[in-house]
Amino acid sequence: MTMTQTKTTQVYEVYIKASAQKVWDAITDPEWTQKYAYQSRQEVEPRAGGTFKAFATDEMRGFGLPEVIIDGEVIEYDPPRRLVQTWNSHFSDELSAEPPTRLTYELSESGGFTRLTLVHELEGAPLHAEMVASQWTEGAGGGWSWILSDLKSFLETGKTLSS
Amino acid sequence: MNDDDRVFKALADPTRRFLLDELFARDGRTLSELESELEMTRFGVMKHLRVLEDAGLVVTRKQGREKLHFLNPVPIRLIHNRWIDKYTERRVSALLELKDELEEMA
Repeated sequence: MTMTQTKTTQVYEVYIKASAQKVWDAITDPEWTQKYAYQSRQEVEPRAGGTFKAFATDEMRGFGLPEVIIDGEVIEYDPPRRLVQTWNSHFSDELSAEPPTRLTYELSESGGFTRLTLVHELEGAPLHAEMVASQWTEGAGGGWSWILSDLKSFLETGKTLSS
Repeated sequence: MNDDDRVFKALADPTRRFLLDELFARDGRTLSELESELEMTRFGVMKHLRVLEDAGLVVTRKQGREKLHFLNPVPIRLIHNRWIDKYTERRVSALLELKDELEEMA
């Protein structure tokens, strides 16, 4: 273990009053991913070695963003418990040029709640690290804490922060 | 205590806020590393970290033989959504509009 690894890993955790299956669907089902946070359609091929793609919304395309804004490869696909994938965003040429980052979702259900833990390993990707740690809520800035708090709000109340 | 109570209680202590700031500056640290930043017994630091973990503000992960502590900002984000937005949104947006108008005039 090197110091650089620990410095470049970010961990996010949230408890959501919903079943693990429901949380899993919200992360992996393209219809569901369009309903909260960035409302981007996300497609995950349900197998190791499959592809992951997040598509620009109409609004994002209006800003000149490419059709596929984030892509990656599925490393582990174990519903509704664990999803490991690479994650590389294309919001700018600088971001595209960084090496793929690694994202792990862990879901654990107990007592009517699902604990969702997200581990983002960002070795050699300082621009990605800055972007996903962002606290901004408007426009292009919201990082994981905004996305996960919006996911919680959506699954528990049906309302999102943007609605 | 509900979740918000735990977060507010955890934040209502300067040592615990210091520990969060330390993790914000550099995330994923061991107890020994955090302890070296404070004039306090190991047990004292452990107790503070425990309160932060119970509030969900710190999450630990095993890496090899080490237990690393990570800052989890989501509970603060939830409090922000629940309380801060509600009370400040109108005022902030009015100020932003004023700023835009003044900048357009300039």
